[in-house]
Amino acid sequence: MKYEACIGLETHVMQKTRTKMFCGCKHEYGAEPNTNVCPVCLGYPGALPVLNMKAIELCCKAGLLLGCEINPHSTWDRKNYFYPDMAKNYQITQADEPLCLGGQVMAEVNGELKTFTLERIHQEENAAKNTHVSGASLIDYNRAGTALMEIVSNPCMHSADDAFAYIHALKLIMEYGGISDCDMEKGHMRSDVNISVRPVGQEKLGEKVEIKNMNSPSFIVEAINYEIDRQIDLIESGGAVVQETRGYDPDRGETFTQRTKENAHDYRYFPDPDLLPVEISAEQVAVWKSELPELPVQRRERYVSELGLPDYDARVLTAEKSISDFFDAACKQTKQYKLVSNYLMGKVASLVTEKGIAIGESRLTAETLAQVAELVGGGAISSSAANELIDVLFNEGGDPKAIVEEKGMAQVSDDSALEQWAEEAIAANAKAVEAYKAGNAASVNALMGYVMKQSQGKANPPAVIAMLKKKLDA
Amino acid sequence: MLNTKTISELSDLLERGECTSVEIVNDVLASIDSRDGVINAYLTLDREAALEQAKSADVARAAGKTGPLLGIPLAVKDLLNVKGQPCTCSSKILEGYISPYDATAIAKLREAGAIFMGRVNMDEFAMGSSTESSAFKKTRNPWNTDHVPGGSSGGSAACVAADEAVAALGSDTGGSIRQPAAFCGCVGLKPTYGMISRYGLTAFASSLDQIGPITKTVKDSAILLEAMAGHDEMDSTSLSLNPMTAVQLMTRNEALTEIPISDPKEYPSDTNKQNGMFSSELIDDHSLKGMKLGLPKEYFVEGMDPEVEQAVRDAVAHCKELGAEIVDVSLPHSKYAIAVYYIIATAEASANLARFDGIRYGLRLDGKDPAELYGKTRAAGFGSEVKRRIILGTYVLSSGYYDAYYLRAQKVRTLIRNDFVEAFKQCDAILAPVTPTPAYKIGEKTNDPLKMYLDDILTTPVNLAGICGLSVPCGFSKAGLPIGLQIIGDSFKEGNILKVGHAYEQTTEWHKQKPEL
Repeated sequence: MKYEACIGLETHVMQKTRTKMFCGCKHEYGAEPNTNVCPVCLGYPGALPVLNMKAIELCCKAGLLLGCEINPHSTWDRKNYFYPDMAKNYQITQADEPLCLGGQVMAEVNGELKTFTLERIHQEENAAKNTHVSGASLIDYNRAGTALMEIVSNPCMHSADDAFAYIHALKLIMEYGGISDCDMEKGHMRSDVNISVRPVGQEKLGEKVEIKNMNSPSFIVEAINYEIDRQIDLIESGGAVVQETRGYDPDRGETFTQRTKENAHDYRYFPDPDLLPVEISAEQVAVWKSELPELPVQRRERYVSELGLPDYDARVLTAEKSISDFFDAACKQTKQYKLVSNYLMGKVASLVTEKGIAIGESRLTAETLAQVAELVGGGAISSSAANELIDVLFNEGGDPKAIVEEKGMAQVSDDSALEQWAEEAIAANAKAVEAYKAGNAASVNALMGYVMKQSQGKANPPAVIAMLKKKLDA
Repeated sequence: MLNTKTISELSDLLERGECTSVEIVNDVLASIDSRDGVINAYLTLDREAALEQAKSADVARAAGKTGPLLGIPLAVKDLLNVKGQPCTCSSKILEGYISPYDATAIAKLREAGAIFMGRVNMDEFAMGSSTESSAFKKTRNPWNTDHVPGGSSGGSAACVAADEAVAALGSDTGGSIRQPAAFCGCVGLKPTYGMISRYGLTAFASSLDQIGPITKTVKDSAILLEAMAGHDEMDSTSLSLNPMTAVQLMTRNEALTEIPISDPKEYPSDTNKQNGMFSSELIDDHSLKGMKLGLPKEYFVEGMDPEVEQAVRDAVAHCKELGAEIVDVSLPHSKYAIAVYYIIATAEASANLARFDGIRYGLRLDGKDPAELYGKTRAAGFGSEVKRRIILGTYVLSSGYYDAYYLRAQKVRTLIRNDFVEAFKQCDAILAPVTPTPAYKIGEKTNDPLKMYLDDILTTPVNLAGICGLSVPCGFSKAGLPIGLQIIGDSFKEGNILKVGHAYEQTTEWHKQKPEL
């Protein structure tokens, strides 16, 4: 029998807000533990939550970027469970009336553009960070109560590849939208995966298993593949999948039971009496819509239609927001769009990989890269010199023109020098000269190579060709 | 004996330079020293800090600062956070906790120059009607020390009645200010939900809790209300209101107008805060002419003590003599109030009290894992009434029961509120008893929680409807125990009930009686 997997993701995204969701404490990563705390986020007696409207705005903007409907009247609920990472022992979340409804994520899976539909996006608060040391657990409440939104997809994905593409597309949109930095290592984006299998053709979903709290997309892929196989094997061998929560152990490459249905929490949701419903007017939605930034797919189109880049370049550049932003900034200083694109995809990309640092951490700036493109475009330096120059700018920074001068990288287009090199080349390469005269036009390239070598790459190639042809044809 | 006087009397004496705040605090301390060994109202007393604050208030007054609360000492129910003081909620689970912050109401009173003498006893986490569920002591009714002071703000009412405080703060979730005020012969005001910020009030049932004063006169309640009322950005459920002066509250009939908080122009200028606000002409106009007072037949319940019923009916007749028109109103759904209240309040409490887990503050009994730590800590830290209500609240929210209990209770709550909306179309305020009986004996009802719950039948509807209620002394039983008149007003119509209460009080002698101690 053939089986089909049905996969839905619940993705938690930490929003880029200055302060926490329900109090005025700073939201910052890496602060001294338990320094960004107050009676509210520590759950002290008598403390009350107050909404952070910036978080509401970012959640709704995320919704608008994903084509959701904004709920004009959304409400707050308490989700009750005891755990030391939740100071109040209940989490404020949205059960019945979330901020955003519906929506979709478009993503390319193995060359095919797919649409993955969303159920909802709701706003909630983050938990504290627990660290387990020998014999004790340490709790850092700096993260407690920070703004966290949960993007819930329908069970519309059918493979690990689908899920991977979905997560990647979602991450890109969150970054482009200024909603979240989506730094996986800082736990900005974590997913729970709901997964079930059913015989192909069956409409009813199979019994689902939830794999909790994964932040690495590659682990998600591994976990899904393992889980699909496990469930099919179970059914094939006459067993049945039981509804449960599982974890993923990346070292063993296996999922394992965390909590069975019998031991499932009863969260006892009920409306939070401390918070009023959020009312969002159509006017407010219109304002937020007008403020939405350009998404990757829109940028890609603009690069092709307005800047004349090949689609390949446009896709590579927009795959990472930092690169795309760098490209846009450089293109404000030069019209050599294709050259900038070439360097970003070529030399700069290899330097980034080689040094293991982000482009923003290097000494290269959008301005200096634009100047390099201008120098090449204007014939002042050769392409090979440009690569050398970028290397210097990336590692040390500086003024491109000064470096060109200092390191003698300028191209020579001066006729007398070219004439001398051309004559030397003709004298030293009798065979090539003979071939050229016999009608093999391409053999001029051999002569040019000689000139370039003699000039240590400084000769301007088009000018060299012209000079050689002039001499040979004379 | 300055401790026997009211806020407004002391304010006048201070203003005229006839006494100092230090003298007031000393008299209050002396009274506590001589009486509290029997009454047991105070849990902790902050003598040095109180005297320091009194000195500062006297210095401030000498420097030209004025105000009706400058240098006035107050007792605080042990669930309001006062920075640097304990806040145990009369529970072992919060022993050792020292509050790191001021509740908004406290901060406002501090700003007005009030002094926080100490913490007074209450039912544990405000769960109870007799202050007997306190984990620490049994507070006695100053009128008869064999009897309970009522609850949950029993310490607040007892210390005011015994002149161990000039006035006190309490909180009212289902009658916890009005009932002890009635039992102890004090004035108690439960303001409209949202009138006073709840920030810093340890939550029992968030949709019902309100802070309010327990005082010797209606005017003193108005003064404290004025100082504490208003929007607070730390409490989303506090409403943006145009604050009014105590006199305006007592003499006007119209509701406070709701205004957007972003428009500071709408706030009254400082001129309203000056002394002339207690003009005697306004205060001494005790006519209730033009006011319609509703009498709900359902509030004279079966089994009601005949002495209570008679005292309240006499008070109604008295109001009629003052010029009020008495109209019959009906509140047919109030009979479900107890059932609704004990579902909603316990549901909210089950979540509100979850934070007392031994992790960050208060009592901790270690365990091998978090679950064991929680279990041991909460088993040792909470008393049986609190446990009973947490279990009940957890049950009504449980999957499969939510619709039948919690959701249904919310629907009935709307019906109870609608009854009041209808009633207030016909009257400006409603008159009723506060409790079916005067204060009962200590230990009389502790073994029958349900019987004690049923005593809240006349006060819980006001909390469920989110409206305001005032308890004013209106007589004594033959045994010498005080009886209270409840005056119920529509949302933000504190002005109406304070006006009626003040007119009634000033034309009767009940509030002038003092217990023999």
